[in-house]
Amino acid sequence: MSVPLGTLPRWVNYGLLPLLNVAVAFAISGLVVLFIGENPIEAVQYLVVGALGDGEGIAFTLYYATNFIFTGLAVAVAFHGGLFNIGGEGQIYLGGLGVAFAALTLDRFMPWYVTAVVATVAAFAFGALWALIPAWLQAKRGSHIVITTIMFNFIAAALMVYLLVNVIKPPGNMSPQTRLFEEGGQLPKLGGLMQWFGLDIGAAPFNVSFLIALVAVVAVWLLIWRTRFGYEIRTMGTNATAAVYAGIPYVKTVVVTMLISGGLAGMMALNPVMGDAGKLQIDFPAGAGFVGIAVALMGRSHPVGIVIASILFGVLYQGGAALAFDMPNISREVIILIQGLVILFAGALEHMFRPALIALFAAKPKSRPASAAGAT
Amino acid sequence: MESLFADLIQVLAATVRLSVPLIFTALAGLYAERSGIFDIGLEGKMLFSAFSAATVATVTGSAWLGLFAGILTGVLLSLLHGFASITQRGNQIISGVAINFIASGLTILLGNAWFGQGGRTPQLPNSARFTEITLPFAAEIAPIPFLGPLYSGLISGQNVLVYLAFLAVPFTWWVLYRTRFGLRVRAVGENPGAVDTAGISVTWLRYRALICCGILAGFAGTYLSVAQSASFIREMSAGKGYIALAALVFAKWKPLNVLLTCLLFGFLDATSIRLQGTILPGIGEVPVQLIQALPYILTVILLAGFIGKAIPPKAGGVPYVKER
Amino acid sequence: MPRMAAPYFGCGNAGPVRLRRPWIPRRPVAGSTGPFVAVYRDRPMNAPTAVPTPAIELVGIDKRFGPVHANKNIHLSVAKGSIHGIIGENGAGKSTLMSILYGFYHADSGQILVNGQELRITDSQTAIRAGIGMVHQHFMLVENFSVLENVMLGVEGGVLLKHGETAVRAALRGIEQEYGLDVDPDAIIEELPVGKQQRVEILKALYRGAEVLILDEPTGVLTPAEADHLFKMLAQLKAQGKTVILITHKLREIMAITDTVSVMRRGEVVATRKTAETTMAELAELMVGRRVLLRVEKGEAKPGPVVLSVENLTVKDGRGVTMVDNVSFEVRAGEIVGIAGVAGNGQSELLEAIAGIRKASSGRIIMNGEPVDRDGRVDPALLRKKGLAHVPEDRHHMGLVLAFEENENAILGYQDDPKYLKGPFLDIDAIRKDAVEKIEKYDIRPADPRLKTANFSGGNQQKIVLAREIERDPACLLVGQPTRGVDIGAIEFIHKRLVALRDEGKAILLVSVELDEIRSLSDRILVMFAGTIVGEPEAHADEQEIGLMMAGIGREAAE
Repeated sequence: MSVPLGTLPRWVNYGLLPLLNVAVAFAISGLVVLFIGENPIEAVQYLVVGALGDGEGIAFTLYYATNFIFTGLAVAVAFHGGLFNIGGEGQIYLGGLGVAFAALTLDRFMPWYVTAVVATVAAFAFGALWALIPAWLQAKRGSHIVITTIMFNFIAAALMVYLLVNVIKPPGNMSPQTRLFEEGGQLPKLGGLMQWFGLDIGAAPFNVSFLIALVAVVAVWLLIWRTRFGYEIRTMGTNATAAVYAGIPYVKTVVVTMLISGGLAGMMALNPVMGDAGKLQIDFPAGAGFVGIAVALMGRSHPVGIVIASILFGVLYQGGAALAFDMPNISREVIILIQGLVILFAGALEHMFRPALIALFAAKPKSRPASAAGAT
Repeated sequence: MESLFADLIQVLAATVRLSVPLIFTALAGLYAERSGIFDIGLEGKMLFSAFSAATVATVTGSAWLGLFAGILTGVLLSLLHGFASITQRGNQIISGVAINFIASGLTILLGNAWFGQGGRTPQLPNSARFTEITLPFAAEIAPIPFLGPLYSGLISGQNVLVYLAFLAVPFTWWVLYRTRFGLRVRAVGENPGAVDTAGISVTWLRYRALICCGILAGFAGTYLSVAQSASFIREMSAGKGYIALAALVFAKWKPLNVLLTCLLFGFLDATSIRLQGTILPGIGEVPVQLIQALPYILTVILLAGFIGKAIPPKAGGVPYVKER
Repeated sequence: MPRMAAPYFGCGNAGPVRLRRPWIPRRPVAGSTGPFVAVYRDRPMNAPTAVPTPAIELVGIDKRFGPVHANKNIHLSVAKGSIHGIIGENGAGKSTLMSILYGFYHADSGQILVNGQELRITDSQTAIRAGIGMVHQHFMLVENFSVLENVMLGVEGGVLLKHGETAVRAALRGIEQEYGLDVDPDAIIEELPVGKQQRVEILKALYRGAEVLILDEPTGVLTPAEADHLFKMLAQLKAQGKTVILITHKLREIMAITDTVSVMRRGEVVATRKTAETTMAELAELMVGRRVLLRVEKGEAKPGPVVLSVENLTVKDGRGVTMVDNVSFEVRAGEIVGIAGVAGNGQSELLEAIAGIRKASSGRIIMNGEPVDRDGRVDPALLRKKGLAHVPEDRHHMGLVLAFEENENAILGYQDDPKYLKGPFLDIDAIRKDAVEKIEKYDIRPADPRLKTANFSGGNQQKIVLAREIERDPACLLVGQPTRGVDIGAIEFIHKRLVALRDEGKAILLVSVELDEIRSLSDRILVMFAGTIVGEPEAHADEQEIGLMMAGIGREAAE
């Protein structure tokens, strides 16, 4: 019998355990920094100051966090259904195509907010579409969704390069990218919002998609814990036999869950494509789909946890750049190491600390134990 | 005709060179997955091994010590994967993803700190590399039409790791189907209960399979940085670990199929570069990206069960717990 | 015996307790025309039982799995060269005990003596070395391996397979000649019928030099002819001085083949008898036990129209074994129909097929005159809409999501009821209010609808399921093991609730392995044995009569 989930108090399960995992990840990274002859405390200082020391840093941090919120939600929704969507990268790429279509079509005669709505829908639809085939293959044919989504990442990369080079690229342009979107195809920066807090956004591309991400957070929370479909997703993900018993249709639930997951990943494209670059270019997802795995694991698949984890990773991404600048011996990729360690400890080794924590904090059964009358 | 044949030899030689890391890595995955441990951390193992091999070769000037370091790295990462997925019964996919991240971050971090070239290792002199070996009589046979170029241009003139890769295939086949260890590995990936009730430790068996996986991943990484190139370059595995994974699936987890699949995928890679911009009669211009994506597309089609059926080892991905 | 040398090299240097006996050449078996039972039932014991030290002795074995006390202070002695039966219902602890003997589990306390010497069996390797072999209920075979590879696994006889292969082939030929066990060594397991797969398991044990062979429910997957063949083999093994431990819940097998029988009930060995000195009736009683007779106040049933009708239903399990065989019956409004039977005779599969969880291979299910299945596939959601509620036998794996809050489990299966919904959203207030009402009505403790279901005790978990299904006010209720693991007070409450439901004119199909429960609640009783309904005893039939029917000997007894 597996370790029952319900035996730890909520604050341990959602608070202490992730904190412990992150602490271990940081401690090991600190040792690595020490190993290469640098001072880890100093490194953390540069990192934190770079990420949170001024308005621009904070804005950059939130810009990165926006990406991770979307991808973290995408991974989490699939996790709730017992599915592993490792294909965020490809779904983002395709989502970018949706965004670009919307922006290129509307940017010259529509205000940005109309374009944004259409682009959001298109991004979701394109991302969802890219998750459809792996989902369908998993549901109907039992093809392992991890393998198929990985394959679809590479297929997406090839497809997008082809489209950008051969189809979308404006004639006469050398680099494989779309034309620059006009004002009606760009998301406004949130400098005003920052000013409210007396902060200067500087050159940071912190933009409206952050707000869209927050809406998605609420929407996912509602979906998972407040809708019938979310209930069905969770049932399928936690106890597949009970889901059959409860008459929850497997194929439909798998496919729709993955469509939502893929759609959320696709929406991430709004941030870099419409919010920052103002054009669709090669390799814009930049690994954010994979970061989503770390975020979802650390946030324990809860939307609030995902926001917190996203901000932490935002700090890492922004602070990592500052750190690399101030301490050239530590390259920016230290953050990838930290992510890997977070994934390792919060994900693959999640059972390592649990027994100790259960021994410390386990809820005592409030009722009399089941009568040990017989072997059932 | 002459030049077409020379072209062919060139493409085949490129195919061989490009398929070697795939062969090593896919065989590495084969040991892991046949024992019931999914391994999507192949990419990370290959990458980290490439880094270790290049670093040690740089410092010691010995390609062989580099190879040793590469293998050691592969094995250590495999043991980490084993600790997470066998001992701790964690999620094997997540563990693999974690290893890929750690390898990607740590190689650049260490490389940058040690060599200050943004994650690159210094250029290796030929003496610290695995260089081309000219087989006997290559020069003498070369002028003979057909056979000559084949021998001197394709069979001869490869480095030692290439030959080892091609030997690793029959060797793995032999281990898997002709030795006690192979029998047990195949059994534990299908039904660990059968192995356990036969009085064999499932845990130790799976660890040993993962060590084999690490050794081969070490060869793959060393090939990248000490044989094919002359230094480690950041992210130099560039998704080859995933292609190898696809090849393994496409090969239905069988060693000889792995060879053929890796050669096919290597060939697609080699031709995609040469076909750029050329127009094939009757077809028109073939998009390079389509050829590049073909390994993945073929694998998905196979997984969908449209061309044969890829049945993975039955106990794959599931930690072994004695049922109650 | 020149061929003896080769087969055993894998564990050739066995421990001191290892006892080797050469094969005794096959003796012709008396006429095999009639059923096997007739041949062997009265066969005199001629096995070498003179050796005083028992082959196996278990002293005070105790084993717990969390709160479940699977084996309680077990003492058991198995004579050398005998066939020793262990009988008991599913869950009585038979398999756990044997898994401990085979080193698959470790006992919390107690001793194991093999040939009079204490042996610490830490793993299966130790057991194999001590000459113990086991044929598991779920075969431990690698399905895509050949017979040869399966037999070799673990006793390859060296780093390379080649030598071992030759040895196994030779040994298999020897065993084949001796036992008529014709199995092609190169056949692939998954292509073999189940009966032959079992032979491979026996071959595996014999090849490893087993002197004591444990068989766990060996006939569950066999056709009658295959079972006969198996018994002939066991008799031959015994004739050659091997010891056989046969675990089963089938009385007929015990009577047919064993010399001694131990009865297990709820983790304890309650009796050991010489087979010749006992009767099926006695064993049946020992197995089920005399339980406190539950009195349920209930008036005469007033059966109305047929609500649920099952016609010629046949269900096969994942291995293709027929578990429910052409079963037909009806349940009317206002009556409780109880299905009695020893666990494992197809009741579970029947229930699951009716509830739409398992696909039937043929037959029809009709509710209120309308067929509800499409090609044997029934949609559980549709069934619920038609008024069929289902309390599954296994609440942990099917009836509840243990990680959910109590109130979330209180709507499982009814999540699409408009009562709990506001558009696509769950009406959390309504759900929690509803849960609180059920908690009060069913006295579920602790009375906290937000508590994780895993934190409730077994009895309270069962009440959560019952409350959910009964309070739906269904036209027809399927109930499996309603009081398993539930304390006495709750049992009474649950029984009253079921009777009240009947009096409201609902149709109830009750499946329980507790015969008393069946007898005290049911208005009609159907007895299931080996997948078929073997009879419908009078409502007031006594326990013994039903017990015999459950053992599959109702007809014979009546004659």
